[in-house]
Amino acid sequence: MNYEIKNGEMRVILDKELDHHNASLIKDEIDDMVLQGKVRDIIFDFEKTSFMDSSGIGIIMGRYKLLKTLDGKVYVTNISGNIERIFVISGLYKIIERK
Amino acid sequence: MENKLNITENKMTVTFDGISENEALARVIVAAFATRLDPTLEEISDIKTAVSEAVTNAIVHGYQYESGDVNMNLYTRGKDLYIEISDNGCGIEDISKAKEPLYTTKPEQDRCGMGFVFMEVFMDEVEVISQVDAGTTVKMKKCIGKEA
Repeated sequence: MNYEIKNGEMRVILDKELDHHNASLIKDEIDDMVLQGKVRDIIFDFEKTSFMDSSGIGIIMGRYKLLKTLDGKVYVTNISGNIERIFVISGLYKIIERK
Repeated sequence: MENKLNITENKMTVTFDGISENEALARVIVAAFATRLDPTLEEISDIKTAVSEAVTNAIVHGYQYESGDVNMNLYTRGKDLYIEISDNGCGIEDISKAKEPLYTTKPEQDRCGMGFVFMEVFMDEVEVISQVDAGTTVKMKKCIGKEA
């Protein structure tokens, strides 16, 4: 994963696949930035991503809960076909906005 | 001369270490095995998601990150793909509870409780056989070309 932080907004550019293995690798890096007070909002960018399973839902939900306690928000962007289906089935759009 | 293969049955068994690096490997193996049934991209995606969920469960829940083997038994019957994924881990005490949407024993690890939901949505049949302290087997079936 790559990320950039501008004015407290962290854009997380996800890799090709977001599964349990990848999710556990990026989680600590994101939380580190949040807990250092450098991040208020997170945008998960799926432009390069073609595969995601429930571990991806878990990591987005987890960051949503974390940022909610800090009055921040989580967004997702550049969602394509298969990942869109995962989002819809999981009900994630009820709490996470697209950007 | 007509050179047409009419093989409708095939099988493959793979055993790999229950480590998270192998989740991607398991998905690729099953996708490659399924190729001969001429699946659509959507069907491949369905299969990969279901396999990923079952293998992740074996590693996270079955073995609780301790070492152990994950076994994948794959076979085809006509256009039906069968996938059996098993571990020799801790087993599931209450299978119907484990299958409930949003139920997870590991919320602190950002598990969202959707693994079995995805398996059931993306596959045509899912059966879970489990014995506490002995292990879990997930048997799944996908009929390829059903939508066509």
